[in-house]
Amino acid sequence: MSWVTTTLSSTLGRKVVMSLTGLFLCSFLIVHLVGNLQLFKGDEGRAFNEYSYFMTHNPIIKTISYLLYSSIIVHALMALVLTRHNQASRPVKYAYAKPEANSPWTSRNMGILGTIILVFIIIHMRTFWYTMHFGPVVLNGETITAGSIPQVTYDGEPIKDLYAVTVFAFSYLWYVALYVVSMIALSFHLVHGFQSGFQTLGLRHKKYSPLIEFLGTYGFGIVIPALFAAMPVYIYLKAHHILF
Amino acid sequence: MDIALKVWRQKNSQTPGKMVDYKLSDISPDMSFLEMFDVLNEDLSHKGEEPVAFDHDCREGICGSCSMYINGRPHGPQTGTTTCQLHMRSFNDGDTIVVEPWRARAFPVLKDLIVDRDAFDRIVQAGGYVSVNTGSAPDANEILIPREVADEAMDAAQCIGCGACVAACKNASAMLFVAAKVSHLAVLPQGQAEHQLRAERMVAQMDAEGFGACSFTGACSVECPKSISLDHIARLNREYLGAKLASNNA
Repeated sequence: MSWVTTTLSSTLGRKVVMSLTGLFLCSFLIVHLVGNLQLFKGDEGRAFNEYSYFMTHNPIIKTISYLLYSSIIVHALMALVLTRHNQASRPVKYAYAKPEANSPWTSRNMGILGTIILVFIIIHMRTFWYTMHFGPVVLNGETITAGSIPQVTYDGEPIKDLYAVTVFAFSYLWYVALYVVSMIALSFHLVHGFQSGFQTLGLRHKKYSPLIEFLGTYGFGIVIPALFAAMPVYIYLKAHHILF
Repeated sequence: MDIALKVWRQKNSQTPGKMVDYKLSDISPDMSFLEMFDVLNEDLSHKGEEPVAFDHDCREGICGSCSMYINGRPHGPQTGTTTCQLHMRSFNDGDTIVVEPWRARAFPVLKDLIVDRDAFDRIVQAGGYVSVNTGSAPDANEILIPREVADEAMDAAQCIGCGACVAACKNASAMLFVAAKVSHLAVLPQGQAEHQLRAERMVAQMDAEGFGACSFTGACSVECPKSISLDHIARLNREYLGAKLASNNA
C-alpha cells in the first residue's frame, strides 16, 4: 500500500476526509446563503433570478459545483464507513449507560442529524436543482408548467424564472415546515461539526480556538441556519399575504 | 447504608455473562467502592459462592488497575477519581448501583469485571518509548526544558492507562490514551528524534487492535481520572498528519 492509501484507511485519515469535506461544505453554506439573501429584496425576484443565472453559467462556479456534489457524497459515505467501524468497536453494549453526564447530545448524534440533512438535500435538489435543469415543476402531484419552467425577460434577455419556482414551492406549509425542521438539524450538526473539523486537523490552540468555538456555535450553529430557515417562512407569509 | 447491587457476572471469555442482583447492609459511607466489593466477596465466600473478580492493585488512584463502569459511567459519578478512590458517601442509602466491565472489542472480558487491556500495552510497545541507551544518569540541567513544556508533558504523562477513555467513548476509541502517550514524548526534546515514527506506529497499532475513531464528544476527558485534556488529541492528530505528509517512513 502506498502512504496515501495507508493514511486514508486509518481512522485518523478517515476523520481528516470527514473534516476537509465538512469544512468545505461549511464554506459553501456561506456562499449559498449570501446569494439566496437576494430573495428578501423586494424586486419581484429580479436580483435572485440574475444571481441564479450567473451561478449556473459561470464556468468556475460550475467546476466548484462538481467538487461540492462529490464532497456531499464522500462525506456521507465516509460517515457510513466510520459509523460501522465504531459500532463494531463495541459489540456488547452497556446495560446502563449515562452518556449525557459526559458529552453533549449533538456530539453523539451526528449520524442521525447528518441523515436528516442528507434527506433534506435530496428533496431540496429535486425541487430546485432538478427542476432548473430538467424541467417541469411538479409538486404535490400538481403540474404548474408543462415541459419547461417559466421564463422572465429582463432588458430584452429571457432567463429562467427560478423565483417563481421558489415562491410556488414555499407556498405549501408542509414544505416550509420541512425546511425549518431540516435547518434545526443543520444547526445541531454544525454546532459540533464545525469545531470538530478543526480538532481533527489538529488546529487547536488557546489563542484561536475560542474564535473557532464562537463561530461554530453562533455563526454556523445559529445565524446561518436561522437565515436559511427565514427564507421559506418569509416567502410563505408573503405568498399568503400574512405580515408582508 | 443499605445498597442493592446489579453486577455483571461472567465465568470466562467463552461463556456469556449476565447481571446478578446482590443486597448489602451496614455499609459504612467511609468505605471505598472496592472495600464495599470486599465485603460483598467475603459474604459470597461465606455462602460458598464464587466471589466477584475485579482488578485492583494500589488502591490509591495511581496504578490504573481498577476498571468498573458504575451507574453508567467509568469509575463512577465523581470526576477526576478512580474507582478505588470513590467512596460510598457518594451514594445514598437504599441506592441501586449497576456495575459492569469496560465494554470494547479490544478489551474482551476475562471474568466478571476484569477485562484484558493488553491492547494498551501493545500500543505502547509499538512506539511509546525513547530508544536510547540509558547508561548512567545524565547531569541535571544538561537538557534545558522550560517549565511550561515540562508541565505540558507531565499533564499527558499522568495517564495511568486505566482505559476509562475507551469505556466512556461511544465509539470505544482509544484516542485519549494514545494521544497522552504520544504527546508527553512529543513535547520533550528527548522524544523529538522519533516523534514521526512513534505517531505513525502507535496509531497503526491502535487501529489494528479494533478501537473506534474519535468523534470529539469529549466524554474521555470528562471521565479520565487524571482529567487529561483534549488538547493532546489535537496534538496527536497534528503529529500523525505531519508524519504521514513529511516523514520518510513507508
